[in-house]
Amino acid sequence: MNSTAQPYAIMAEFDTPADAMHAAEQIRDAGFRRWDVHTPYPVHGMDAAMGLKNSKVGYFTFLGGLIGYTSGMLMIWFMNMYDYAIVVGGKPLFNPLFSFPVSYECTILLASFASLGGMLFLNGLPKHYHPLLKNPRFKAGASHDKFLIAIECADPRYSPTETRKLLEAAGSKHIEMVED
Amino acid sequence: MASNGHGDEPPIQPNPPPSELEREPLVLKQRSLAWLSDQIAGIVEGKTPKWWWPAFIVATLVMLMMFYMIGYLFSTGVGVWGLNQPVGWAWDITNFVFWIGIGHAGTLISAILFLLRQKWRTSINRAAEAMTLFAVACAGIFPLIHVGRIWYALWWLPPIPNSYSIWPQFRSPLLWDVFAVSTYGTVSLLFWYTGLIPDLATLRDRAKTKIRRFAYGLFALGWTGSNRHWSNYEKAYLLLAGLSTPLVLSVHSIVSFDFAVSQVPGWHTTIFPPYFVAGAIFSGFGMVLTLMIPLRSLCKLEDVITERHVELMCKVILGTGSIVGYAYGMEFFIAWYGGNPYELFAFKNRAFGPYWWAYWTMISCNVISPHLFWKRSFRRNMIFVWIVSIFVNIGMWFERFVIIVTSLHRDYMPSNWGYFKPTYVDVCTFVGSFGLFCFLFLLFMRFLPVIAISEVKGVTPQADPHHPLGGAKGGHH
Repeated sequence: MNSTAQPYAIMAEFDTPADAMHAAEQIRDAGFRRWDVHTPYPVHGMDAAMGLKNSKVGYFTFLGGLIGYTSGMLMIWFMNMYDYAIVVGGKPLFNPLFSFPVSYECTILLASFASLGGMLFLNGLPKHYHPLLKNPRFKAGASHDKFLIAIECADPRYSPTETRKLLEAAGSKHIEMVED
Repeated sequence: MASNGHGDEPPIQPNPPPSELEREPLVLKQRSLAWLSDQIAGIVEGKTPKWWWPAFIVATLVMLMMFYMIGYLFSTGVGVWGLNQPVGWAWDITNFVFWIGIGHAGTLISAILFLLRQKWRTSINRAAEAMTLFAVACAGIFPLIHVGRIWYALWWLPPIPNSYSIWPQFRSPLLWDVFAVSTYGTVSLLFWYTGLIPDLATLRDRAKTKIRRFAYGLFALGWTGSNRHWSNYEKAYLLLAGLSTPLVLSVHSIVSFDFAVSQVPGWHTTIFPPYFVAGAIFSGFGMVLTLMIPLRSLCKLEDVITERHVELMCKVILGTGSIVGYAYGMEFFIAWYGGNPYELFAFKNRAFGPYWWAYWTMISCNVISPHLFWKRSFRRNMIFVWIVSIFVNIGMWFERFVIIVTSLHRDYMPSNWGYFKPTYVDVCTFVGSFGLFCFLFLLFMRFLPVIAISEVKGVTPQADPHHPLGGAKGGHH
């Protein structure tokens, strides 16, 4: 680490999901804003322990599906009725029934892209740099079998001594500072 | 919260459920979270196993044979195939429906079993989804090459106007099929990739070489396992599962419309959509078992893909196989009860006409073999299950052959009757598609985690914050 490095966050490691969850409850109750729990898999109940609201991905999905269905129907109407009408087998030029299968597939297609894209957008991904990913302890644990809590130094409630005490009291056996 | 209890032995659960209600664990031997990532990522990180290279070379050669046959087809014309009037669809479309059907198990496991909260899916969903993608890739080849002058396909398949400004016409189920299959392939890829992101991050964090760190890091998109991210991720995964569930049911329904919307006796039946979907899941699980049983022992994954997993898959085969058997019977009943002489003739001709051998191969593989799985000891015998899965694969290929070829070869006008025989080009192209499938699957298992590491971790007891093994203190909750 070079001398110009600024502290980014205080990072505490926990061995079990229960310990991390109880620590998260305390940090939530202490009123921290800029902090996160990093776990190798989604821990059930952690959203409530962190005080997170329901994810907004669904809005993206709905919008994607709506655009998919409408554009599917419009495409078929435009191609087979408006732009170049040809009678085939005496069937109507446009009808929502025969247009449904294709429009339906377009609904699913665009809604799926919107779900993945919305998730990445809300998460701010892809991200090519994150200070935590430089930390060897973090890399060895967060995607393996440890549960890490990082409280950013930029949080208004952060204090170098009090925050460390809080994490120690919550049962962390390893606490260290992560540099930016 | 004063004590943290690290290092103590895990406390005993106060009231264990009665033994007859106890389920076998999904991960045997109480393997730790660390063991799971070490073991599964180890397949990718370790030395190439000895059997891998011979398997890969054989698969590549077989795949190249297919490309050679396709080159021969393009340069010479569809006359190199055995199909001709009256059998205008034969091996090509049989292979297409066969492969697309196999693809259905992956999405069923990843989406429908997810919505039904079947936690056992986590051990098999990654490989099954990969199998889906590769099967769809194999399936996509056949309709593409069967058009003959493939350089015109750009104007037939996607909505692009031809030189007279005419658009494709959407009243045809064949065009619905183009949209269904391409959407299915794309959404399966998105779903698969979404599931891979956390595991790619695991591989990135474990990577020892620069190339690995870069390649896995690039596709992991900077994933840090943040719970704020997991929250959105789980919602997106749930929504993708919710979208894929009607998708998987619609795809094979639309494939069946290729037949059912026509007027051909033997094809024009309303039972086709549900019957095709059940058959697709049946054949897909057959192929999953064909791949998983060798995979679990070759990669030493018996503790993650347990006998219970195999047994549950056998039960799915039993269930869907029974639906398929029922559909065969119901088709015959309706052919008689419907009072249409052409329909009745088509079915009599299926069972007792010149293609009787194909029909009875189908019946013995698809109707008899799944019912062997009523017996628990058969479901738990790996070699036995593997052999039955091969019969399921064979039977389901023959089902499509029977539906397509026997319905076409004798239609309304006896002077128009014929008999389809495949040429060596037909056979080699189909065999070659297995080469492509194995080629892709072998690459997958060498470079990507074959089991969804983060998902399997999530279903172990030590991952549950309310379980004693997850660190919960007795009476705290």
